[in-house]
Amino acid sequence: MSLALDALTTLAVSVGAFFFLAGTVGLLRFPDALSRLHALTKADNLGLGLVVLGLLFQVEGPFAALKLISVWLLTLLAGATVTQLIARTARPGGPPV
Amino acid sequence: MAFDSGLAVLVLGVAVWTIAARDTFAAVVGFVAYGLLLALAWVRLAAPDVALTEAAIGSGVTGGLLIGASTRLRRTETAAAGEEPGPTLRLAAAVLCGLVSAGLAAIVLMLPEPAPTLAPQAAANIAATGLGNPVTAVLMAYRAIDTLLETVVLLLALVGVWSLAPDRVWGGFPGPRHHADPDGVLTFIAQLLVPLGILVGIHIFWVGSVAPGGEFQGATILAAMWILAMMAGLVDAPPVSRRWLRLLLIAGPAVFFAIGLAGFAMAGAFLAYPVEYAKLLIVTIEIPVTLSIAATLALLVAGPPERAPHR
Repeated sequence: MSLALDALTTLAVSVGAFFFLAGTVGLLRFPDALSRLHALTKADNLGLGLVVLGLLFQVEGPFAALKLISVWLLTLLAGATVTQLIARTARPGGPPV
Repeated sequence: MAFDSGLAVLVLGVAVWTIAARDTFAAVVGFVAYGLLLALAWVRLAAPDVALTEAAIGSGVTGGLLIGASTRLRRTETAAAGEEPGPTLRLAAAVLCGLVSAGLAAIVLMLPEPAPTLAPQAAANIAATGLGNPVTAVLMAYRAIDTLLETVVLLLALVGVWSLAPDRVWGGFPGPRHHADPDGVLTFIAQLLVPLGILVGIHIFWVGSVAPGGEFQGATILAAMWILAMMAGLVDAPPVSRRWLRLLLIAGPAVFFAIGLAGFAMAGAFLAYPVEYAKLLIVTIEIPVTLSIAATLALLVAGPPERAPHR
């Protein structure tokens, strides 16, 4: 049982790490600020989500699981807000007035 | 072991890159990455309190301040690039830095093994403070005067920033006014995030008495939420001449100082707490200190007044 759980963790965290790698490559290679932000959100949303999913197979109790999921949700919300703020400044013509 | 070695190499690499970067903005980005890696190193050293502070203040707030500074410097940067110091001065600076580094390294390498420590005495007397987190006990009881002075230093830094304001906008609103589209996505998610963030900030402050956390880390999150609300255009920054704002800024150091002075009467020394009321007094200090630090940090990032106050 624990072997199967470990395998699931390894799989999910590896796929999550792949999304972080892809997001970083996008951040470095994409031509403008808006597409770079787009690449970055993939690392936050899917990358961190899959890492959290992988860690869920290892937690001790429901409270720890809830904490991990809250970390992911808060990161999603904070990431989305900051992305909006940056995109507003970066968009052609500057921020809306 | 492989992870720790990799982390050490990465920290050093990012540090060298930050110093070598020619562009100020790039150097600031390097500095923020360096701070986050350093926070990871503190976690590996089993010091989560230091890691939280490094990530929140060392990397987060300082990074934000440096980004603001580099944006202001951008206009003059090309002119300043022509005035680079000559080879002699640069060599002298390099030699001086090398000597300081070598001196520090020599001192660290000459430390006796095991290093002298007061940790056992600190741990033995922690029950008297009523706190469960030894780091908070050190900051608020054993070394309270350092913490008091830190809050005063923050206030002085803010006075320094405000003094950069030209006369005609003195007492006015810091930074530009940000506008929000009331039906926009940003307004919606910012309204969702700010209350949650305030909750997290209060939680981090409150658990600081028994677990990693504390007033500086909690206050940084509260400050970040205020900055976010200002940047998203939900609220405007208050004019720096507002009385409630100034009272909020000095409330923390003032209460800290007052209870410190009361220590003479209650326990016979400055900043000494009577054992039976220690925890109550520490929390009484911590609440206004957290609010003052949060307001100070947010206004530091908001910058000097730029718009004249309404007459």
